[in-house]
Amino acid sequence: MSAELGHFALILALFVAIVQATLPLIGAQRNYAPWIALSKPTAYCQFALVAISFASLTHLHVTSDFSVLNVVQNSHTAKPMLYKIAGVWGNHEGSLLLWVQILSLFGAAVALFGANLPPAFRSRVLAVQAMIAVGFYLFILITSNPFERIMPPPLNGRDLNPLLQDMGLALHPPMLYLGYVGFSIAFSFAIAALIEGRVDAAWARWVRPWTLAAWMFLTAGNALGSWWAYYELGWGGWWFWDPVENASFMPWLAGTALLHSAVVVEKRDTLKGWTVLLAIIAFSMSLLGTFLVRSGVLTSVHAFATDPARGVFILALLIIVIGGSLALFAWRGPQLKSGGLFQPISREGALLFNNLGMTVAAAAVLLGTLYPLFLDAIGGSKISVGAPFFNAVFIPLMIPLIIAMAIGPLLNWKRGDLIPALTRLKLVFLISIVAGAATWAMEMDGPFMGVIGIALAVWLGASTLAELAGRIHLFRAGPAETLRRLGRVPRATWGMTLGHFGLALAIAGMTGAASWKVESIQAMKPGEMVNVGGYEFTFDGAQQGKGPNYDIVTGKFTVRRDGEKVVDMLAEKRIYPVRNMPTTEAAIHTMISGDLYAVIGDPEGADGAYVTRLYFNPLVVWMWIGAIVMVLGGAISVTDVRHRIGVPHRRRPATAAKPAEA
Amino acid sequence: MVGHISAIEDQGAAYGNEPKKSRLVFIIPIVLFSVIAVAFAVGLTLDPRKLPSMLIGKTVPDFDLPPVEGRKLGMSDEDLKGQVSLVNVWASWCKECRAEHPLLMDLAERGVVPIHGLNYKDKPVDAQNWLDNLGDPYARTGADRDGRVAIDWGVYGVPETFVVDQNGKIVYKHIGALSASIFDEKILPVITELNGNAGRVSQ
Repeated sequence: MSAELGHFALILALFVAIVQATLPLIGAQRNYAPWIALSKPTAYCQFALVAISFASLTHLHVTSDFSVLNVVQNSHTAKPMLYKIAGVWGNHEGSLLLWVQILSLFGAAVALFGANLPPAFRSRVLAVQAMIAVGFYLFILITSNPFERIMPPPLNGRDLNPLLQDMGLALHPPMLYLGYVGFSIAFSFAIAALIEGRVDAAWARWVRPWTLAAWMFLTAGNALGSWWAYYELGWGGWWFWDPVENASFMPWLAGTALLHSAVVVEKRDTLKGWTVLLAIIAFSMSLLGTFLVRSGVLTSVHAFATDPARGVFILALLIIVIGGSLALFAWRGPQLKSGGLFQPISREGALLFNNLGMTVAAAAVLLGTLYPLFLDAIGGSKISVGAPFFNAVFIPLMIPLIIAMAIGPLLNWKRGDLIPALTRLKLVFLISIVAGAATWAMEMDGPFMGVIGIALAVWLGASTLAELAGRIHLFRAGPAETLRRLGRVPRATWGMTLGHFGLALAIAGMTGAASWKVESIQAMKPGEMVNVGGYEFTFDGAQQGKGPNYDIVTGKFTVRRDGEKVVDMLAEKRIYPVRNMPTTEAAIHTMISGDLYAVIGDPEGADGAYVTRLYFNPLVVWMWIGAIVMVLGGAISVTDVRHRIGVPHRRRPATAAKPAEA
Repeated sequence: MVGHISAIEDQGAAYGNEPKKSRLVFIIPIVLFSVIAVAFAVGLTLDPRKLPSMLIGKTVPDFDLPPVEGRKLGMSDEDLKGQVSLVNVWASWCKECRAEHPLLMDLAERGVVPIHGLNYKDKPVDAQNWLDNLGDPYARTGADRDGRVAIDWGVYGVPETFVVDQNGKIVYKHIGALSASIFDEKILPVITELNGNAGRVSQ
């Protein structure tokens, strides 16, 4: 019953979306109020219908209804409840249902919170949202129906891929999707603005909180994915330039650029065409991410659905959505009137530099991800890229960007002066040089990139603090005045400060983990000791046991430093009998100087010896702390009152937009 | 005309640009996207698991590589003649290579088939550490520091595994990490057949 209910609710949602995608748009064009007003109830209705559908699928999974194919393929009666629920979106069909659930949620949110949007504009935005939704409903209903029944129903299911039975990965897809789909709002606003032929400061203020929210979730999603890889794949790596990772990293780069250029539109009323283009690109990258992961054009370890028929459908969807919006951009974009002019050395100039850097970086990642495909498509010889390509291209692109990130916030709008800005950073420059030199002295044998990384992290972190100190007149005014100023720093500025400072922390963490990791792999007998990065790991032996739906081997280690005990560590290896698949649960002891990381492998010989892998990963925790600080910055910035009240009303109704004569 | 002027300003530059160029600027994104879309369309018609057809049935390309640091035997096209062997392309920076590594160790220990390792774009010390720490399943290794030999082999990504017959001809190629089931179903039958044929020829 539940399956049919969910299926029909989804079909109904499709029809509601078709109405929402057409009538309000026509209404806005003809200025016919009843049709314009239709966009709100349809958005709510769509959300409610998808929620029924999603709840049905969740119910099927929770009750282990094995007459439904999706449940059979991804669930098992012995699976813990948390993963029965996470299993709803831990598979292709269910994850798409989650996608449309979030899409309809955001649509309903625009309807609810968009009271200050002009009704015609809001109806256009919601119509564009609905068009995207129509594409995805059709995709699910035609190629990926999660409610398909199976006859006769088997007694038990095939269980969820054990690698996915994990807290980090249960949360990872919803986070990423909130980010991916969040950009659909920026996209819909951009398309609506192109239809109206008008972008202004008010537009930027509406777009910014949505973009910020999407960016936050995407930052959190990327960090979670990286964290999951770090502790679950069991060898201390945290980023692999894998197509699936790139698929969520590219929208992040484009979204970061969008965030910054929207500031320019809001404050200076310029860079409009570029901002609209970035909104289109950010969402296109999100769609492309879906395409890369799901269609099998590029395969990878966690690409869990590879099916060409679906690929054809997604390709058509991509061409309509991206191609259509870019065509609209080519046609209407030249009409977006721009206001303020600016000099290359100015806040706008710095933000534009950031934009170019981010966009080029996103393009480089896209190229590296698609390059093998391209060469193959034109029938040329094949070539391989991988970590060497990405590191060689990406890092040199980021270095000037990070240097400029410190200077940009100190420049004035419109026309900046480089000399005073640099003078203010004299001390920061000295500190970073000292930090780099100290790193070099300590880690003479390490890669020189590590020295540069630490110096850059200190440069960015210290300059961000210096900017804040200057803003609140620290040490220049009395403590009372400083506190008063601190209290009056706008939340959006806190967002920038925390965002930049978080990135500095993350750079330090990435540098440490990439440059000075110590690794030791060996067979150890109980009582044997190995020294890793100054820490003495003693193996105390391993025990067999049983978890809810897996068998377990637990290895115990005692870690000492200079004879003094630091910690006991329990590393697990789980074997899931249904799929006969092992997973490693690394034992991780986090310290501010770095992580101790221990993994237990297979038994070796008969005397209780096991293969063990022991690591010291320096500074790695700062990567996650940095990500948390960045997300926090986004959250504070989103709550900036200026986004809600005091939204400037649009200046005069624009003259009806006409295509510019060529 | 209004459109032109606003477009120029939109580039953030009030200086320089010719008015005529401005409309073109807005067309660039759609043109770039069209190129990507065409590549996708072509890419979709290819089976990702069957990409490497070009070199199948051909003799391995000429090459001569030094061994990975700390190993003795290097690898050249001549070394691959005489018996059926696997050539496994790997790198220390490759995540999936870790996944298939235990299987390679197991195959090497059981002596199922000689496995040679083509080390792709790796730092010598990283490759050496990998083999020292994780174990060395390879009879011969070739250090392909700049990836030139891999290009001749048509390597699409790491890891990849080639089956090379007694005459040094490439018979089969697998893209991505090997698993026990992939090996048993796809690669072992090829090896068995090649060895069987050789047996019949020599009898």
